[in-house]
Amino acid sequence: MSAFDPTVLERHGLTPDEYQRIVRSLGREPTLTELGIFSVMWSEHCSYKSSRIHLKKLPTEGPRVLQGPGENAGAVDIGDGIAAVFKIESHNHPSFIEPYQGAATGVGGIIRDIFTMGARPIALMNSLRFGEMDGPDGARTRRIVEGVVAGIAGYGNSIGIPTVGGEITFDDRYAANPLVNVFCLGTARADALVKGSASGIGNPVYYVGSKTGRDGIHGATMASAEFDEKSAEKRPAVQVGDPFMEKLLLEACLELMKTDALIGVQDMGAAGLTCSTCEMGSRGGAGIEIDVMHVPQRETGMTPYEIMLSESQERMLLVVKKGREAEVERIFEKWDLHAAHIGEVTDDGLMRVKDHGKVVAEIPNSALVDAAPVYNRPTVRPAHLDEVQQLDLASLSPASASDVLLALLGSPTIASKRWVYRQYDHMVRTNTIVLAGMGAGVVRVKGTSRALAMSVDGNGRYCYLDPRRGAMLAVAEASRNVACAGATPIGATNCLNFGNPERPEIMWQLVEAIEGIGEACRALDVPITGGNVSLYNETNGEAIYPTPILGVVGVIDDATKVVTRAFRGAGDEIVLLGEGFGELGGSEYLKVLHGLVKGRPPELDLDRERRLIDLLGRASSAGVIRSAHDCADGGIAVTLAECAFDTGGIGCEIDLPGLKDAPSAATSINDIRVLFGESASRVVVSVRPADRSALMQLAQAAGVPAKLIGTAGGSRLVYRIAGRTVVDFAVDAAERIWSTTIGHHFKGRAA
Amino acid sequence: MKFTIVVFPGSNCDHDAYHAAKHVLGQEAEFVWHKETTLKGADVVVLPGGFSHGDYLRTGAIARFSPIMESVARFAAAGGPVLGICNGFQILCEAGLLPGAMLRNRDLKFHCEHVGVRVEQIDTPFTSLAAKGQVLRIPIAHGEGNYFAEPDVIADLESTRRVVFRYCDPRGELTDEANPNGSLNHIAGICSATRNVVGLMPHPERACESVLGSADGLVLFESVVSQVAAHGAVPTAAS
Repeated sequence: MSAFDPTVLERHGLTPDEYQRIVRSLGREPTLTELGIFSVMWSEHCSYKSSRIHLKKLPTEGPRVLQGPGENAGAVDIGDGIAAVFKIESHNHPSFIEPYQGAATGVGGIIRDIFTMGARPIALMNSLRFGEMDGPDGARTRRIVEGVVAGIAGYGNSIGIPTVGGEITFDDRYAANPLVNVFCLGTARADALVKGSASGIGNPVYYVGSKTGRDGIHGATMASAEFDEKSAEKRPAVQVGDPFMEKLLLEACLELMKTDALIGVQDMGAAGLTCSTCEMGSRGGAGIEIDVMHVPQRETGMTPYEIMLSESQERMLLVVKKGREAEVERIFEKWDLHAAHIGEVTDDGLMRVKDHGKVVAEIPNSALVDAAPVYNRPTVRPAHLDEVQQLDLASLSPASASDVLLALLGSPTIASKRWVYRQYDHMVRTNTIVLAGMGAGVVRVKGTSRALAMSVDGNGRYCYLDPRRGAMLAVAEASRNVACAGATPIGATNCLNFGNPERPEIMWQLVEAIEGIGEACRALDVPITGGNVSLYNETNGEAIYPTPILGVVGVIDDATKVVTRAFRGAGDEIVLLGEGFGELGGSEYLKVLHGLVKGRPPELDLDRERRLIDLLGRASSAGVIRSAHDCADGGIAVTLAECAFDTGGIGCEIDLPGLKDAPSAATSINDIRVLFGESASRVVVSVRPADRSALMQLAQAAGVPAKLIGTAGGSRLVYRIAGRTVVDFAVDAAERIWSTTIGHHFKGRAA
Repeated sequence: MKFTIVVFPGSNCDHDAYHAAKHVLGQEAEFVWHKETTLKGADVVVLPGGFSHGDYLRTGAIARFSPIMESVARFAAAGGPVLGICNGFQILCEAGLLPGAMLRNRDLKFHCEHVGVRVEQIDTPFTSLAAKGQVLRIPIAHGEGNYFAEPDVIADLESTRRVVFRYCDPRGELTDEANPNGSLNHIAGICSATRNVVGLMPHPERACESVLGSADGLVLFESVVSQVAAHGAVPTAAS
């Protein structure tokens, strides 16, 4: 029996079984402070208890991997003795409750994860999912969109790290559960990565940054439960960000890391002081003893329970070498920060918390970190899958190809996100060599000839229809996107956004997706170096689409060879690499034109994808490609239009082959399949006529189908299928629709 | 010659100005922390962009009280060339070295994009190599860049030819659409009565290499290098 009332356990998100587990690991009943500590460390958010056994299936090793999962962020070797340090994380729940601060603190958190590794953050990206901006929830969604975008901008712009791109999708499945996944990339000396571990008995433990308040208590527990209409009451569990404080912390920590006085550092993110203390102790095989009396506090009368569970932002825990205290304190004082000495490293493996000398919690780190429950939750393939995977194209009566193209260009998911990224400072630090919206994000690495490309991608609709294949397609698309920029993909991070794992159908989606990611990452040679799992993305029992987001990082050895999506000049020839099979399952076309989410997502042949990615790398480093853009949402018709946008109106004349499976059937649905089908592993490139044969030779050597499909030039988008004109439209008119759609949702409207 | 770049807590374009001066122009460059009191032998002083003190209270309002600002004022009074970029411009206004103030952009949104900037005056140390009427393509990145001053101040700026840069379209026309933030008279940058202190909201240091999308900002830095070479440094007592 428990010393606590069942409602106390319930409020802490602990099951009776988990409580018994706590008693067993302590050998006694816990105190209330200890119960609070266990509840956050064993929350889904911190312990990965539902996903852990499956995450082991992901490939995490490779010759370039310097740091895999388990630290604050992953790291890969990019050459010249430099490491790229990166990670993606979710801030979904807070962003729904309080969009501006939820998104802003998400950005702050991921930045801290990067600089605690000893890396200077040089780029941010994000992957966002919102409801539709029209319709019954439109007003609320627009408010969330404005708030999230302003929050990302407010934090990133102020701290001075460019937000170089990302992706945004609108679908009502996210109306009551928006997704805010934030990605950060930094660079460090490969031999100077800093770990989040505590060691050296007697070494002092320091607390630096903002004071601790009552905000965010139980944030990690909140992020591990579903929402209902009472969720707004949880607003106090969302924290308020202070990018200025974080800028000072960033500079001070990087300055400290240039000395050798630092042993380890970890930010206080989810589960605050609790998590940082026991994880640092656990990693270093040591114990940590602190007295909360020394913790700087914003409010009076805070209890040890509150101090340990607070998730106030912009706080760091550091272990430094004994005898170097004065030096460390001097560096922080230069930046007007106060480093508070709150405890010591011990040799007993315990997390010991005192309050004015009296022990209030004493827990083995291993109990919190390693003995956390691990669940192999039951899985069931959802019964509705068979039905939704059926797609009867014969029943559709499609609009004209021109009308479909314009409808898709005006769909917020496809339309230009300029209204968004114009609010992000995407140029600060003068490294951004592909401006936001022009392709993958690309930043040069000063002091070397190299650049890093990054892309975050995922398609919830595909994953809903087939989570395994959908997840594989996300890996393929993110890898393909960095390859289009001329980069070799070298590492990945993932953010797994799903519903309630206690429901077997959701758990099945999660397991399928993880296995799909693993298979694709192995085939494409992009190890996963870390990431984040966000479960319980449900409101009133309705889950989001299963949405794994993949962030892939690639290296370009010669930054001058970088490639973007836009055509470069009239007369250039347009070549399609890869082949279309007219696959409409799960497509943007079906959703926008028919309101259907049906069929199976496109087939993915990983070997074919790999050959395409290799070819793109070779062709761009040989300098034969002038532009490259992959075929994704909206198919090749949208891709070609996007190649023509932001060029000052360079059009194209295209003649696409008909379908192999229906060569002579010039029906309207077959035209739609050719133009708007979303077959994977396809890229549209443009080349100077003189370089075409070189490209074709490279393609042949790589075993990638390559076909000349047209020429850039003129001021119209002219698409033909087997010689028959199906679209003929002015570029500037199409571009106006594409570039103004999102802004129009906010103009003259109370958002 | 030496560029001294003042670093305030929250400055975030300090490294960009340093990179442009040192690695693109091949000049000497050095940071000076805002709590210091000497400019380390500067030939040119740059107040960089960013969010000094988090933009708390008001942009630039706290930074003007930094110890280094007395030295900057002395350097300016002695005729030394001072360039305030973005937040640096806001600090110069708060410090009284330039008139006026920046309001929030008229659409209340942060704008980061390349804009057209027309060079209005070429008798400042930062525009001497530009052509009058030349249109530069330079990025802006600010939420509060909407230049405002009382009508008599604006009239004085205009009559004394102290509006150095105006927002314009690619052809140099002053259309309303080309004004990204609602600045009065399309003002993007101004100079002091003595012409040696120049402040502007656009970021020339972000437009010094074609790989970044534009090298049009180089002319500001090249101008001041040639001016210092021609006229010599300001007396060391002030720098």
